[in-house]
Amino acid sequence: MKPGLGTAALWAALLIFPLAVAGLPSAPFLQDVGSTVVLTAISACAWNIIGGYAGQVSVGHSIFFGTGAYMSLAVFGLWQLPPVAGVPLGVAAAVLLALLIGAPTFRLQGHYFSMATIAVAELIRLTVGNWDLFGAAIGIQGPATPRSGWDLIYRSAVPYYYIDLGVLALVIATTAWMAGGRFGFYLRAIRSDERAARSLGVPVRRVKLLALMLSAAFTAVAGSLYALKVGFVNPESGLGILVSVQMIITAALGGAGTLYGPVLGSIILVPLQSASNSWLGGGGSGLTYILYGGIIMLLARFEPGGLLQFWRRGVPWLRRRLRGGRAADAA
Amino acid sequence: MILLQAAVSGLLLGAVYALFSTGLTLIWGMMNFINFAHGEFVMLGMYAALLATWAGLGPAAFAPAAAAALFLLGAVVYFALIKHVMRGPMLAQILSTFGLALLLRYSSLFIFKSDFRTLPDSALSGTIHVLGLYVARAQLLAGAAAAVVALGMHVLLTRTGLGSRMLAVAEDRSAAMLMGIRPDRMQALAWGLSAASAGLAGALMAVAYPFSPVVGETFALTAFVVVTLGGFGSVPGAMIAGFLIGLVEALAAYLIGPVYKDIVVYALFVAVLWVRPQGLLGARAR
Repeated sequence: MKPGLGTAALWAALLIFPLAVAGLPSAPFLQDVGSTVVLTAISACAWNIIGGYAGQVSVGHSIFFGTGAYMSLAVFGLWQLPPVAGVPLGVAAAVLLALLIGAPTFRLQGHYFSMATIAVAELIRLTVGNWDLFGAAIGIQGPATPRSGWDLIYRSAVPYYYIDLGVLALVIATTAWMAGGRFGFYLRAIRSDERAARSLGVPVRRVKLLALMLSAAFTAVAGSLYALKVGFVNPESGLGILVSVQMIITAALGGAGTLYGPVLGSIILVPLQSASNSWLGGGGSGLTYILYGGIIMLLARFEPGGLLQFWRRGVPWLRRRLRGGRAADAA
Repeated sequence: MILLQAAVSGLLLGAVYALFSTGLTLIWGMMNFINFAHGEFVMLGMYAALLATWAGLGPAAFAPAAAAALFLLGAVVYFALIKHVMRGPMLAQILSTFGLALLLRYSSLFIFKSDFRTLPDSALSGTIHVLGLYVARAQLLAGAAAAVVALGMHVLLTRTGLGSRMLAVAEDRSAAMLMGIRPDRMQALAWGLSAASAGLAGALMAVAYPFSPVVGETFALTAFVVVTLGGFGSVPGAMIAGFLIGLVEALAAYLIGPVYKDIVVYALFVAVLWVRPQGLLGARAR
């Protein structure tokens, strides 16, 4: 996709959002929701690399998210380092895990990878939940008060918003660069027909592995950013299946395999979610996931390409209808 | 002695695993499709049994009732959802049943709440004492019934005309159509049978074990482990692997500790993928 007017407007809106709402009485709330939108977009964009572009549906990306979140807080718990120092460690661990999952399952086609991701995610969640080093079922915390600027603890959500936005820009730029080159063509070839891609000389297994490692690395960064902001992670919030669900539905709703689909999904879903949480209270979360399940199912049934695809198909169709209607009126 | 006791109850539970896993492997073998909502079907079987006992059905009637209810659900899911995503992109295939799983799990959580339930006491409660071993009557029944039905499924597929027609559709959909077989009907039947096996397994387990709406995920994962270990689409493989996993789980719970039994089983899954991804009895998987 060439950067057009819409893209420029999106980035401009994202850049000025915290400042634009700063005067409103509910500014802290809106800025907090904004930073969650950006953070959710990062993890969904990261999932999109393997799930969307390569068409290998991971249902266990919480593995990498949790790795990032736990590593960031563990370096504080173990060595009193600032959580941001855990980012490279989290990325390295996530890439290693990606290799361990991808190497055997990418030899096989189809559903093996999805089954393996969900099983490994459960395996890791249960293991961490029984491991005292990582706080077992209770979880681990970051520093309570900032000891230096490196701890990146802020009362306002605005600094987090801009840190996250910078990372989102990096993820999108990497994805765009990847999708535009030979590697992107390989990925799309694998997605539409793996056997055909292999017969044309695409190194299928290596390409899928690389895509998974890249996706895992960015997802781990998203996990670290989450841990930086929240300052706390437990097996459910870092490694639970709902963490993966959030990434999948965000990317799939906007448009899996498109550059800005996950961002669009996040802009729609996150505000809806915080609105339903504040209206319905904690009891609303169960309803949210009923709704998520329904949306995922309907998307798969009617429009696997997501809203962007729907838009691309729907607008010309509407235009034709309108033009046809006018022609009929004139006649 | 305690080890033997653990092994026996593990094998009995393994029979139930074998039962619902044959359902999953049936769909996988016929359509190259993994149902991520299979564990939720098992969970719904448990609640169907609960509702049936509330409605006054005795122990001999509620398990078939649960199986029948799930058979219908399976066929409906096929016609409403699976038929349309079957030849679509992989993304649509996986998301369809994954979304269905979430929908069923959280709707059940909303309706039945997260409390653990048990079936009311019946003729099946209590234990019997054989050869120095204590076996819960319900467990024994569940294990025996599961073993019989799983075996019946195998016979149906390999020894009857209906089974041949189903396998013909699996082999080549269009060729089967030219032979006068209606693929949609056969595949809907497969989904019905698959869901019924899950429902029956759920109802049988509900007699012996407490359950809640979130147990489905564990069963789905157990079924994945069993079918992968058993081999792509292999019903006998799934049966053997079912018993094996039940045994491993029980021994891990006894020798290492109850919290580690799932960890051991999932680790085994990863090990199988690494070492022998085609499973025990699998032809080279596609």
